[in-house]
Amino acid sequence: MDHAATHSENDYNYKVVRQFTVMTVIWGIVGMSVGVLIAAQLIWPALNFDTPWLTYSRLRPLHTNAVIFAFGTSALMACSFYIVQRTCQTRLFGGPLASIVFWGWQLIIVSAAISLPLGYTTSKEYAELEWPIGILIAVVWVIYAIVFFGTLAKRKTTHIYVANWFFGAFIITIAMLHIINNLAIPLSYTKSYSIYAGAVDAMVQWWYGHNAVGFLLTAGFLGMMYYFVPKQAGRPVYSYRLSIVHFWALVSIYIWAGPHHLHYTALPDWAQSLGMVMSLILFAPSWGGMINGIMTLSGAWHKLRYDPILRFLIVSLSFYGMSTFEGPMMAIKTVNALSHYTDWTVGHVHSGALGWVAMVTIGSIYHLIPVLFNQERMYSTKLINTHFWLATIGVVLYIVAMWISGVMQGLMWRAVNEDGTLTYSFIESIEASYPFYFVRLVGGLFFLGGMLLMAYNVFKTISATDGSLKATEQA
Amino acid sequence: MMSSFLSIMVTVITLGSIVGCILLLRATNKNKTGVDEGASMGHTFDGIEELNNPLPKWWTYMFYITIVYGLGYLALYPGLGNFPGLSGWKSSEQGIKSIAEKDQRIEAYADKAVANQYLSEVAHAEERFGEVFRSIAYQSDGNYRPIEELATDEDALKIGQRLYLQNCSQCHGATARGSTGFPNLTDNDWLYGGTPEAIKTTLMNGRAGQMPAWIDVLGADGVKEVTSHVLRLSGRKVNTLEAEAGAAKFAVCAACHAADGTGNEALGAPNLTNNIWLYGGSRKAVEETLTYGRAGVMPAWKDILGEDKIHVISAYVYSLSQEK
Repeated sequence: MDHAATHSENDYNYKVVRQFTVMTVIWGIVGMSVGVLIAAQLIWPALNFDTPWLTYSRLRPLHTNAVIFAFGTSALMACSFYIVQRTCQTRLFGGPLASIVFWGWQLIIVSAAISLPLGYTTSKEYAELEWPIGILIAVVWVIYAIVFFGTLAKRKTTHIYVANWFFGAFIITIAMLHIINNLAIPLSYTKSYSIYAGAVDAMVQWWYGHNAVGFLLTAGFLGMMYYFVPKQAGRPVYSYRLSIVHFWALVSIYIWAGPHHLHYTALPDWAQSLGMVMSLILFAPSWGGMINGIMTLSGAWHKLRYDPILRFLIVSLSFYGMSTFEGPMMAIKTVNALSHYTDWTVGHVHSGALGWVAMVTIGSIYHLIPVLFNQERMYSTKLINTHFWLATIGVVLYIVAMWISGVMQGLMWRAVNEDGTLTYSFIESIEASYPFYFVRLVGGLFFLGGMLLMAYNVFKTISATDGSLKATEQA
Repeated sequence: MMSSFLSIMVTVITLGSIVGCILLLRATNKNKTGVDEGASMGHTFDGIEELNNPLPKWWTYMFYITIVYGLGYLALYPGLGNFPGLSGWKSSEQGIKSIAEKDQRIEAYADKAVANQYLSEVAHAEERFGEVFRSIAYQSDGNYRPIEELATDEDALKIGQRLYLQNCSQCHGATARGSTGFPNLTDNDWLYGGTPEAIKTTLMNGRAGQMPAWIDVLGADGVKEVTSHVLRLSGRKVNTLEAEAGAAKFAVCAACHAADGTGNEALGAPNLTNNIWLYGGSRKAVEETLTYGRAGVMPAWKDILGEDKIHVISAYVYSLSQEK
């Protein structure tokens, strides 16, 4: 580790970072296990055992909430708290507030894990949690913002590092999105209705939904990338100017992209056009982050030969580049006419969620754990390498299966006979998808298997005697 | 239409964001940092330095291309507030508030007065498929071909089956054998009659079957007794005493199901003597039917599919219960 820092390590609040980091691994396993179960249910529906709280409809929101808000957001909170301290050379602001963020966030996750299987839902995708939990999220999020921006304010550096721009944008925007989209009139403690109606409700929902992707799953994780890639590669960030232009373009354009979720619906034409145009213009700003990350490796490419952590980070950027190319393309109305409502969308989401978000998180955590628990390296580098291959093969199986089944479904749904009738009934398209559902399940099992290896590796690293794991020399 | 204030706001913010991107690109394309290209910016964060490398050229061009495409799109298509776009394209007639207004627009479309993707696709489909379809459904004098005749025409049945699978199989099943609450269409038991005309009427206008709840009139014991009688009607072994008591109370049922329990097609009252059960034939299911009643709904399809298609589907459904 770099001990050249002028600030004493002891002054940082690492406790909250440790807590969030360990929970990231645990929630990752929980969220992905539920994902594997529902993938299996799509092939063998009997796996719901005729139990209401094990049905697909209730476990699917549990899966998405667990991976986005339990796994992903715990990772973001761990890394943002770690990075903001180290790049500002100062301890977290607000004393016990950081601890409140940790316990508050865990309480929210547990409430979600109970209320969603019980069937309590607002029915808004990625915003299913009912209003009491929604209010708790808003409160904890504001405290999170106070700790983060308070730390920035008392920084001992002259400039603010680029990673913190992305964290800042993500924290502010998610607060705004969450509060506006969740405005509702409560009917009881467990049921509320959105204050918006019809197409307006749909538009607000996807303004929220797409920017949860844009700011939480993109901007936030770019913040992570901007610290851990140069750190792990031991190289300077490629281009300061590129980071400026892609940051400002990304945050100002992303917020417009939501309507592409509502092409060919009751949403007015003008809003659909804007959604499509802005999604296309978003392509270059998105790639700016990938270029800056990958080019940071100039002069250090050889490290990929022996460093599986760096491999995780670089492959995550490749998946990021692929899905941010795919996204604008799918936002084009004529492409969307084929891809919408098919498994292609599911594949696209997972190339982002598994390929980018999960892999950059995994790489970052393998970097973090030894630092946080006074070791020079993880317990087993071999296991990290095995994890890398399990994860990569898993993602590839998943997205290739969904590409094929998605395009096939789109083509089957639009096929017409010469008399104008549809060639296939809906159920025939489902029947044809089964082989790909199976491949997807296998991909998911690979990815989950890797996470279990990680948990073991993390456990062995944490439980080893302080300082007993020495760094090995590399050729 | 939105208010002109909103329209201007949308336009200004949209163009402002895009122009902002252009200005940002121009500004960062030149090196105004005071640091040599490729050199370190001079600040270090936890050991991380940043280099002052230029933006990749290909990336800058790509950014400009998407911006040019976007501006072109917004000039041609609706997007900038109330500006309809130079191409005059629209997806459909949005903002229509009455059926009369809708009919007016459709007429205007017939004169090619408006461009509208939905209407033009409907017209295109009519142009492409209308003739093939009409040649099957109609005879040369302009009348429909009789359903009995269509039911022996392989081509007609193929179309009928496809339409059935698209629109009817969700309830009646891909093999048309139905399920609980949804009649089997392949047997010869018909709630509302199995003649071609009766089937077509059912498809056109839908049906609403009403079995009242009898628990208040019969009481729990009465329901049990009538159940025994009903089960006996289709030859099941039951407690004779109970069935006799039920038979005495069956008078209220006979109004619809007839005294001998053979039902009444005019009312859609099922035949209770043939061991075919729409809602299940177990004692428990029949008791539930008697206690709470049943409400079966077949939707009306005439406004969704139109008579031409219904005529062909009727032939397919009719053919299912005919001897091959």
